[in-house]
Amino acid sequence: MIKTDAVIIGAGPVGLFTVFELGILGLNAHVVDNLDKAGGQCIELYPDKPIYDIPALPICTGESLTKNLLEQIKPFKTTFHLNQRVDSITKKDKHWIVETSDKTVFETPNIIIAGGVGSFEPRKPPIKGIERFEQHNLFYSVKNKKLFDKQNVCIFGGGDSALDWVIELSKTAKKVFLVHRRDEFRAAQHTVNQMMKLKDEGKIELYTNYQPKDFTGESKIEKVIIENDKKETKELKVDSVLAFFGLKMELGPIVNWGLNLDNKAIIVNTENFQTNEEGIFAVGDICTYPGKLKLILCGFHEAALAAQECFKRAKPDEKYVFRFTTSSSDIHKRLGIK
Amino acid sequence: MPKVTYIEFNGTEHLVEVDKGLSIMEGAVQNNIPGIDADCGGSCACATCHIYVDDDWIDKLPEQSDAEKDMLDFAFETKASSRLSCQIFVDENLNGIVVSLPEKQG
Repeated sequence: MIKTDAVIIGAGPVGLFTVFELGILGLNAHVVDNLDKAGGQCIELYPDKPIYDIPALPICTGESLTKNLLEQIKPFKTTFHLNQRVDSITKKDKHWIVETSDKTVFETPNIIIAGGVGSFEPRKPPIKGIERFEQHNLFYSVKNKKLFDKQNVCIFGGGDSALDWVIELSKTAKKVFLVHRRDEFRAAQHTVNQMMKLKDEGKIELYTNYQPKDFTGESKIEKVIIENDKKETKELKVDSVLAFFGLKMELGPIVNWGLNLDNKAIIVNTENFQTNEEGIFAVGDICTYPGKLKLILCGFHEAALAAQECFKRAKPDEKYVFRFTTSSSDIHKRLGIK
Repeated sequence: MPKVTYIEFNGTEHLVEVDKGLSIMEGAVQNNIPGIDADCGGSCACATCHIYVDDDWIDKLPEQSDAEKDMLDFAFETKASSRLSCQIFVDENLNGIVVSLPEKQG
């Protein structure tokens, strides 16, 4: 069990800045995120898109914003718990017990939900009843590539993940099929070129303008049926299937925590961004209140105010004094400035 | 004001007026039409405002950007008439447009 002043759910820009706001008040925090890296939507959805409305940054990208925020919170040596999702929270006196999908357990007076639109989950092929294959030979990521040695593998998708694995598995698999819904690929051009070369050499089979229509088999997928725009179908005999249809956002277990919701967003007060549960806060895109705007800059403001209340809950015996970063020697010490 | 017809997957039709300059997605959200999630808020960064444009209207729409084409890879059951409704902005030329919603978003 990890005891901490605050657990932050979500490592997007607002979650990261919450670490900062807590840190300058002398509070430590642990951050949990379902993705394998910090940055949230900024990194997952639009790492290269320019952002123009961050105060004092005329232009930045999702990637550079994340990098700078990580730099800004470096002094606090925060622990990130990635690739896991907070599954349950339970009340224990004035504290909360937080448990993740990897069975990491925290005890904390403060939970700050900075979850954006929810956690990122793999998008599944639009076929009914495919859950039965997920324990066996349908995958949305590769954990152990040896599994595919000498297999017939069907890969769906047109982005970097799909093409990278086509190239990699073509070395060890018996046969690799690549199926994509159009002729163009989102993957990096040199990756596309490499894949096309493998196709020309007959090392892989490429089906463009095809989409999955059905997967057949009892508990394992035996055949993949694909269909093109002209309703022509093809059957592929496979040993396993890898589907790379990107990630989608789902609110997930948050809906079970007894928080007041309004259409997928958590209702908070605008004084300290606390929810209807004491010690649970929501900041950034996931919170809502009259006048709410889903802007990163609004999330930063929300984080700063929530942090004040977190201090009172984490250190009930200490007097809270507001300080500016320009002049406070305490803050300078926390930031490691000599 | 231009009129837009949204047809839900279950066949329910909604004929609403949408301000010029708003997107088809915004028109749906403002009129509480179920079936359009618009998770990213209209920045062409998800694929949860996916619609099928009625055949008569496809040619009247501006070309798809590469970003929209890329994003459509993530939509549920795309067809030739698939578009992201946050990328189509309503004007007089689109007065009367009819769009259908997919079984689900994402």
